[in-house]
Amino acid sequence: MIIGGRVTAALCPTALARLTEGRRVVLVTGTNGKTTTSYLVAAALRTMAPVAHNDTGANMADGALAAVMHDRHSPLVVLETDELHLSGIAAATRPEIVVALNLSRDQLDRVREVRGTAAALAAVGAEHEGATMVANSDDPLLVWALVGRPGRTIWLAGGGRWAGDAIGCPGCGALLSRSPDGPRWQCSCGLRRPTPDWAIHQGGLLSPHGFRRLRMRLPGRFNATNALAAVAVAAEMGVDVGRAVSAVEQVTEIGGRYRIVTVGRRRVRLLLAKNPAGWAETIPILGPSSAVVVAINAREADGRDVSWLWDVPFEDLRGRYVAAVGDRAADLGVRLSYACVPHETVLDPLTALAGSPEGDVDVVADYTSFRALIRRLDDLPVSPR
Amino acid sequence: VTVGTRLSIGVLLPDVLGTYSDAGNAVVLARRAGWAGISADVVSITAELAPPTTCDIYVIGGGEDLAQAFAAGWLAQQRGLRTALDGSATVLAVCAGFQIIGTDFTDPRGVRHAGISLIDASTVQRSRRAVGQVVAQCVVPAVGLLSGFENHGGATRLGPGAAPLAHVLSGCGNGSDRDGQVRAEGVLAPRLVATYLHGPVLARNPALADHLLATVLGSSFTPPALDLIPDAAAMRASYLGRPENHSSLVGTVALPPRTRDGRAHRDGARSQLLRRLALVVLLLAAVVGMVLALLGIHA
Repeated sequence: MIIGGRVTAALCPTALARLTEGRRVVLVTGTNGKTTTSYLVAAALRTMAPVAHNDTGANMADGALAAVMHDRHSPLVVLETDELHLSGIAAATRPEIVVALNLSRDQLDRVREVRGTAAALAAVGAEHEGATMVANSDDPLLVWALVGRPGRTIWLAGGGRWAGDAIGCPGCGALLSRSPDGPRWQCSCGLRRPTPDWAIHQGGLLSPHGFRRLRMRLPGRFNATNALAAVAVAAEMGVDVGRAVSAVEQVTEIGGRYRIVTVGRRRVRLLLAKNPAGWAETIPILGPSSAVVVAINAREADGRDVSWLWDVPFEDLRGRYVAAVGDRAADLGVRLSYACVPHETVLDPLTALAGSPEGDVDVVADYTSFRALIRRLDDLPVSPR
Repeated sequence: VTVGTRLSIGVLLPDVLGTYSDAGNAVVLARRAGWAGISADVVSITAELAPPTTCDIYVIGGGEDLAQAFAAGWLAQQRGLRTALDGSATVLAVCAGFQIIGTDFTDPRGVRHAGISLIDASTVQRSRRAVGQVVAQCVVPAVGLLSGFENHGGATRLGPGAAPLAHVLSGCGNGSDRDGQVRAEGVLAPRLVATYLHGPVLARNPALADHLLATVLGSSFTPPALDLIPDAAAMRASYLGRPENHSSLVGTVALPPRTRDGRAHRDGARSQLLRRLALVVLLLAAVVGMVLALLGIHA
């Protein structure tokens, strides 16, 4: 399907523009959470009309094109969009809404510096006056990129930004001052956190539409904030907030993530984390005493440099059974040893699963090892529960 | 440091220069000291506090351009800290940290910033960013081959007062030597190591960590046993290949094979390439037909 997208793009550069003409397009971008959020946006919008969605995670122009070729008639289009390809995809699709979740370090060998990505987002915000931006007010990089742009911007209290890259002010380099008891932040140059329009508040969503309780089946605080973004988008496009909330609450799995499979006498949950920010959100949702299998491939699509493993607090895994697997199992094993986490080092994830204790197992994988593991688990004979 | 005292490791500006995970170097130093029976404390030295001037080792890491300029300005104001860095303390400086401790560096916009002149090194911008794995032969014999990941836009020229840490076997390194010279990576001085290598560099190269610890602790430090990091050998082999792949390459250039066998091999590869090309063209034609039909733009 992606190959079809690539060939069509080469033959007909305007294909993406032609195939999205007259359709209402939502783009979802950011470093972490864009796959999940695009699934939740699609679920919320389906309560209104059919949705075309690049649900395979192919988030560059060819993947976008493949999705709108495959489904040419749905009036609504939700496209998860790689942050480096946002500019081109926005130019072709003229989105009604662009969701910007967060920007943090990911694949430094490919993306270079995160501030450059923010500058590219700023250009999109300025060029597409007619698009509504839905953005996280807790991320100084996003605020720097989008505050003062022409056109409508909806600010979310998206929270959860991993502070490890939080450097200084993206505008002037000085240190940001943060309020010790709350999410507010500001800089002497004038950049400050905008007042959010939507926020998570006491187990629900607070917005101009009032308060709605939210009971997500997906785990973790970050999935509640992904749902916040999805409901804000749906409401902006005319979906009743109550219906949007019910739709996102019912989502249980995102392209295999959070899926639970049975391997022998093990209840194995599949999780994806590909950078320090993703890990910061993943550690709190690990089972209370689950074994943990960590898979690191660090192939092209993951980013080749594994330095970031040193910004993950693997010390928190002490006391659990831990296995290091994947192409870069040895690098991970070295990191675990310095964290004083005893572990098994095994290249193959299924061998590691077979060797892990019975009971709950959480597998936390980077992108390519996750895709490979899903395929291999699908091929396994179904075992009795 | 005398026996019975604690080793103190300061991480300079982890809030500003934290982009490339180089603070992990402090974890490696502290653990290896601990395994050798010497307790160590790691102190995060953030910008809003007056920095301690009594750490035994200071590590300073990589960061983005604005952060680097801020860090250089901040360091310039810390007289006590600069005296410590220049005098008794041992220093590990990586990437942006390496550039900052030189005499000066020019940022991507062409603005020249003063460094704190711990070493005789000056940095300008390269035309192309250096990104990728590096293998280099360290001039400290006990350290051997260094491996690391570089990601920098700077080319650093060493002045007559500075000597390289290593000679590059593959990758870029300092990236500022004239043709024909052995390519330099980093700077080595009696109580200082500067490098472009991330990984973090001490996790990739435990012998370099032990070199720094020996600098501080002298004879009271015995390098910890290898089996404390059971995966280290496999990790190093994955980056270095077999040792003989590199040991003979210092100062020379690897050439492609010129034997008849090599030529025959290439010819075989060419005919295979042609067959594959033909297959791709056929497939492409089929896909194009399908796509045109789908789009409804055929005649």
